[in-house]
Amino acid sequence: MSQPKTKKETEDLLELYRQMLLIRRFEEASAKAYSMGKIGGFCHLYIGQEAVGVGAISALEQKDYIVSTYRDHGHALARGLEPKALMAELYGKKTGIVSGNGGSMHFFDKKKNFMGGHGIVGGHISLAAGIAYASKYREDGAVTLCFFGEGAANIGSFHEGMNLAAIWKLPLVMICENNHYAMGTPEYRALSVKDVSVRATAYDIARDHIEGDEVRKVRDHVKVAVERARRGEGPTLMEISTYRFRGHSMSDPAKYRTKEELEKYKQGDPLIKAEKDLLSAGWAQEELTKMDETILKTVEESVDFAEKSEEPPLGWLYKHVYAENV
Amino acid sequence: MAVLTYREALNRAMTEEMEKDPNIFLMGEEVGHYEGAYKVSQGMLAKFGEKRVIDTPISENGFAGVGIGAAMVGLRPIIEFMTWNFSLVAIDQIINSAAKMNYMSAGQFPIPIVFRGAGGAGGRLAAQHSQSFESWYAHIPGLKVLAPYTPSDAYGLLKTSIRDNNPTIFIESEVLYGSKGEVPEGEFLIPMGKSDIKREGTQLTIVSWSRALMYVLPAAEKLAKEGISVEVIDLRSIRPLDEEGILASVRKTNKVLIVEEGWNVAGFGAQVAYLIQKEAFDYLDSPIERITQEDVPMPYAANLEKSSLPSEEKIIKKVREMIK
Ligand SMILES: Cc1ncc(C[n+]2csc(CCOP(=O)(O)OP(=O)(O)O)c2C)c(N)n1
Repeated sequence: MSQPKTKKETEDLLELYRQMLLIRRFEEASAKAYSMGKIGGFCHLYIGQEAVGVGAISALEQKDYIVSTYRDHGHALARGLEPKALMAELYGKKTGIVSGNGGSMHFFDKKKNFMGGHGIVGGHISLAAGIAYASKYREDGAVTLCFFGEGAANIGSFHEGMNLAAIWKLPLVMICENNHYAMGTPEYRALSVKDVSVRATAYDIARDHIEGDEVRKVRDHVKVAVERARRGEGPTLMEISTYRFRGHSMSDPAKYRTKEELEKYKQGDPLIKAEKDLLSAGWAQEELTKMDETILKTVEESVDFAEKSEEPPLGWLYKHVYAENV
Repeated sequence: MAVLTYREALNRAMTEEMEKDPNIFLMGEEVGHYEGAYKVSQGMLAKFGEKRVIDTPISENGFAGVGIGAAMVGLRPIIEFMTWNFSLVAIDQIINSAAKMNYMSAGQFPIPIVFRGAGGAGGRLAAQHSQSFESWYAHIPGLKVLAPYTPSDAYGLLKTSIRDNNPTIFIESEVLYGSKGEVPEGEFLIPMGKSDIKREGTQLTIVSWSRALMYVLPAAEKLAKEGISVEVIDLRSIRPLDEEGILASVRKTNKVLIVEEGWNVAGFGAQVAYLIQKEAFDYLDSPIERITQEDVPMPYAANLEKSSLPSEEKIIKKVREMIK
């Protein structure tokens, strides 16, 4: 897989690389802003896992739905949510994607069928089943993609959601991004079976398990599951193995793992892999550097936008507690 | 006017709404083939088919979540909890997802869903199957909480709940399902946030709702024979609350007793009492009193169960003390 062969394949990889790089740079900027006290609350970075979100989401159509966790920056950017609105949300500004009501963990964008970052571990899995349920109910042909961590695979909502999706053959693709730690708990202390996708067999649904360091490989595998769902053949449980290079959240120095381990995984950095592939396919280093510069500029602009935006007016405090009945 | 049971009134409300709007579906344990654990959905599977009347496995957290997810994309689910006791395993979804989604998404994802089912104290069902959760859900901004007493209110309020664009907690009373009452012909809606004066009076106001009215109304009747005139307000809608309706009555009678089936500590009656002392303090001739379920899990023994709940005798005794 790794080497793109044709020009089309190379350009394709270039676009995926661009998305991954945007996530990386956006999050580096948010980490910086967080350290300066500009961003509040919990802030869970996606750095290291970019190939999963970008690869998986690139397998979708516009009508498909994405349901995410509190680690949602990468998924949101991969779906094409506006970096400015996302950064402004991190800053808690009125121009934020949910006008300062959500912060890092709760990005939503209805226009993009981005169905939220959700803060209760695993709670969103049954919501995703519900969205897929609605697609089946309406026969709209859409597929729902749900991301979660291996830690979430131990909560009731995961099992209930999976069973319901299985008995009703819902168009749902469940992607366990196994980064091997749930906060400070390594997978071997929390999971009876290490490969989460094995649990699919208990519900008699399709499963898949891959390494998540190559973005195009992720997409190809997710595509198979998406097409299966679209054909009405029911859900798939995938495990995509990955690693987060930062702590669980900004406040976690990640002392529970060794430097050696981190270094080992950094060898498999999905950005470095993609970059190497692009270079050996004949792409010029300067082109990539130029792309990085453009991205850095976009990110700077979004920081600037967030800085300059106003806070939501206090009069908005009670806005949206209830929806209007029209 | 037709005389319907409480369960028939609920059934009629759901059926009429589902006939009108294909986005509405009913989902829950035993709602389809079994026609409802309390037979509220009788005949609905035959009428609407398996696509719209859906039996689920026992997985409250799961199917509550499925309902909320479906509501995010515009369907209008009615989720039946076999009883509200089992809603506790879904409370994460109700509070953390349904109640907050519209707020968290800045209005992008309203959740037009009704959670309904049997609640309250039942016939000797003991601690885990016999309890009232109105106060729990009323605590949560983003939820609306209804608890009708009569078949007519059950019909009108359920229809309003189904049409509301917010998550509603619709708590039926297990012991009222067979109770009968007149339900006007033709369609009608009852707005949320409107209480109903179930009995007019001048000397004291009893604020109550749902099954507790089974004790309140006969007590008021008996007190009337003693020459004590009690006004009885049925809240029906716990959240939103008819503050004006309560206050108007208090300003008239100057005395208040709140009777509820839930527990005393942090119970909803305390909120009503707070409202009254704050807004109508000068009108009060005596302290606001409350009669609630005793501060214990529900006992099984018949005599203990009875003694733990509000009763006609307790109400009559308390009102006599307050009127003296
Ligand atoms: C129900 C619940 N329990 C605990 C938490 C606190 N918490 C937030 S993230 C997390 C770890 C989850 O790990 P995992 O599912 O593997 O996802 P990852 O963070 O690795 O992406 C914990 C314990 C929570 N948010 N929700």
